[in-house]
Amino acid sequence: MSETEQTEEKVGWLRRLKQGLRRSTGAFSDGIASIFTKRRLDEAALAELEELLINADLGPAAAAEVVENFRRTRFGKEVTPEEVREALAGEIAALLAPVAVPLPFLPQAKPQVILVVGVNGTGKTTTIGKLAQNFRKQGKQVMLAAGDTFRAAAIEQLQIWGERVGAPVVAGAVGGDAAGLAFDALKRAKAEGCDILLVDTAGRLQNKAHLMAELEKIGRVLKKLDPQAPHATLLVLDATTGQNALSQVEAFLGVCKVTGLVMTKLDGTARGGILVALAKKYALPVHAIGVGEAAEDMQPFDPLAFARALTGAI
Amino acid sequence: MFETLTGRLGEVLNRLTKRGALSEGDVNEALREVRLALLEADVALPVVKRFIDEVRSKAVGAEVLRSVTPGQMVIKVVQDHLVEMLGKAQAEIDLLAPAPVPIMLVGLQGSGKTTSCAKIARLLSERQKKKVLMASLDVARPAAQEQLRVLGEQAGVATLPVIAGQMPVDIAKRAIQAAKLQSFDVVLLDTAGRIHIDEALMAEALAVRDAVQPHETLLVADALTGQDAVRLAEQFHKRIGLTGIVLTRMDGDGRGGAALSMRAVTGQPIKLIGIGEKLDQMEPFHPDRIASRILGMGDVVSLVEKAAETLEKEAAEKLAAKMEKGTFDLEDLASQLRQMRKLGGMQGVLSLLPGVAKVKKQLADSGVADKQLARQEAIISSMTPWERRNPKLIHASRKQRIARGSGATVPEINRLLKQHRQMADMMKRVKKMGKAGLMPPQGFPPGLMPRR
Ligand SMILES: Nc1nc2c(ncn2[C@@H]2O[C@H](COP(=O)(O)OP(=O)(O)O)[C@@H](O)[C@H]2O)c(=O)[nH]1
Ligand SMILES: Nc1nc2c(ncn2[C@@H]2O[C@H](COP(=O)(O)OP(=O)(O)O)[C@@H](O)[C@H]2O)c(=O)[nH]1
Ligand SMILES: [Mg+2]
Ligand SMILES: [Mg+2]
Repeated sequence: MSETEQTEEKVGWLRRLKQGLRRSTGAFSDGIASIFTKRRLDEAALAELEELLINADLGPAAAAEVVENFRRTRFGKEVTPEEVREALAGEIAALLAPVAVPLPFLPQAKPQVILVVGVNGTGKTTTIGKLAQNFRKQGKQVMLAAGDTFRAAAIEQLQIWGERVGAPVVAGAVGGDAAGLAFDALKRAKAEGCDILLVDTAGRLQNKAHLMAELEKIGRVLKKLDPQAPHATLLVLDATTGQNALSQVEAFLGVCKVTGLVMTKLDGTARGGILVALAKKYALPVHAIGVGEAAEDMQPFDPLAFARALTGAI
Repeated sequence: MFETLTGRLGEVLNRLTKRGALSEGDVNEALREVRLALLEADVALPVVKRFIDEVRSKAVGAEVLRSVTPGQMVIKVVQDHLVEMLGKAQAEIDLLAPAPVPIMLVGLQGSGKTTSCAKIARLLSERQKKKVLMASLDVARPAAQEQLRVLGEQAGVATLPVIAGQMPVDIAKRAIQAAKLQSFDVVLLDTAGRIHIDEALMAEALAVRDAVQPHETLLVADALTGQDAVRLAEQFHKRIGLTGIVLTRMDGDGRGGAALSMRAVTGQPIKLIGIGEKLDQMEPFHPDRIASRILGMGDVVSLVEKAAETLEKEAAEKLAAKMEKGTFDLEDLASQLRQMRKLGGMQGVLSLLPGVAKVKKQLADSGVADKQLARQEAIISSMTPWERRNPKLIHASRKQRIARGSGATVPEINRLLKQHRQMADMMKRVKKMGKAGLMPPQGFPPGLMPRR
């Protein structure tokens, strides 16, 4: 990072993202460059390419598939590193394009209930804060429900976010019933004519059946007040998570109708390549990505930017 | 956890076990599968490569060729090497420094630092009777300091009172000061989550380190981490200097490859694992257990070795002779129970056998079988030598005396006697089938086999 970059206080999100990604993809780009400078795209080169994709958390299977496509179109050709990066990015972006769908807003719902779920520490509460901020900026009335009644100070954490973005927070007792809390919150949001109700939940590992059942219950209870609720169920994935994200999606899909994904922590060196494998397998919309801890550090999912960052084509 | 890696390696190595001699081609084929399995288990690519190369050079060659069962040999090489790379010995939190001993926890956002901080504090204060002070230096995440305070209350561990607006380095200094004044033994510093390429936050962590000179600097990392594990561990180690790793969320169904990755790039031991959200859900890291889990096929090789070591040859021969004559008495049952205990109790024996992961878990949850072993031993030790040789002649009054002596109930004694009878019968049958050499641990005493 250069001096000027370091001293620059307010960098735009794209800039920030690029800075982060550039640092993180440095090794990756160098790798590609060293493979392909004055090289023919032969078996050895393809094998190395596959490893670079594995390194980005695509997983061995998805990496092999992407490279297989590449082989079909480009095998034996003389290629420069730039060409390879761009082409590979293009290939991955094409795979991801169908899942790049913004979170829909349903003005009729009043409120549109958005349930946020995921394993521990992935960034659910922060994502709710960021989403709330976004909706507030669009002039919507937003309410938050502090459904994580388990983790110490989880309620306070959401309350601080509520204050930050100007959204009332419905909270109950620590250790209370999350489904009951969600019910109360929806009742109140209806009464107050809110546009959006964001329901936070405690983190849970997908292999804990009793905790997963609790999510089912939250959905069931919400439907008593609005058969359409929750209108969206967002699964928050941490970019640093490896292949276990596949199991997370499968399990959460199984207990609650996950309608979309948010991937957080893409401001680090993790590249979130698992999204490629997920797009192939589940084709769930990716609504947004998290690139930092602040309210404004959330961005729509841009497949080409993501893919270029992944391959170092930035 | 690790089921899938388990399945995959199991399949490959089974195939190998079923073949005869082992060629270099066989080894390579197996290692290709091992490589894939490790990658799917999120072991970072550079570490996978190193592992495969090292195993290949160990597996191909004399050792394997000399071995009777080549498949088992490869299993053993893979397993041994996994254990070796995970760090052979068990490492503990080191408190050998002048009090108050500063311990700092670092890691990415949401990795489990605050929870682990409280768990460690609880361990040190409850198990080692240390007077522990915790302080939160996390001024970034909303309500992070409050979170640690609440956890401190739950754990019965003191936390440094929060002064609003104070910055991390100053909080750290204040914590050390307070600990000195109030003669605390240990100061645990919980820090804000930071991404290892965030210059400002890494500089902050460095400043804290320099201010308090922690005796232990623990990286708290998520067991579900993917390929990034090497990059983050390397960076934290290079920049701040780690003395150990705490792996959280080992209660998940992740395959835990990050353990291998981080250990390999930092050379630092994994000291503790988090196995749940509650404060008592933290355990020491057992490299051999994790490696066995990763391989998950039950370590047939070490079962053979361990059994050979433990079952004293003499006792074994004596037992064989008795079986030959059909005179298996309670003395023999007692010695068998003792041998099982040496093998690590019921769980130890079971963990060595393939395909019993589920039963083992149920056992671990109940702890019943091992308790049962100990009780049965106690019952037998309350008998006279005459009674042990003549179990059929133990009548009501003798049973009552044995019950008093061993703290057991008469029905328990009856159960034991019945088990013994069944065993003796079984052994006679075995003898008739001409398999007099059949020895435990394959043959559990009937009734000791875990019930579902
Ligand atoms: N660097 C970074 N940190 C994040 C991001 N999203 C969340 N976090 C941090 O991750 C930690 C856990 O987030 P939180 O919202 O509490 O997770 P939850 O347990 O899923 O609710 C906090 O320290 C957040 O500030 C992100 O996109 N980038
Ligand atoms: N299942 C499970 N959850 C854990 C474990 N350790 C921490 N957590 C959870 O992970 C989340 C983040 O933990 P926290 O201590 O706040 O992380 P920090 O941001 O690094 O301080 C919380 O929901 C914790 O309850 C663990 O070993 N197992
Ligand atoms: Mg939360
Ligand atoms: Mg914390």
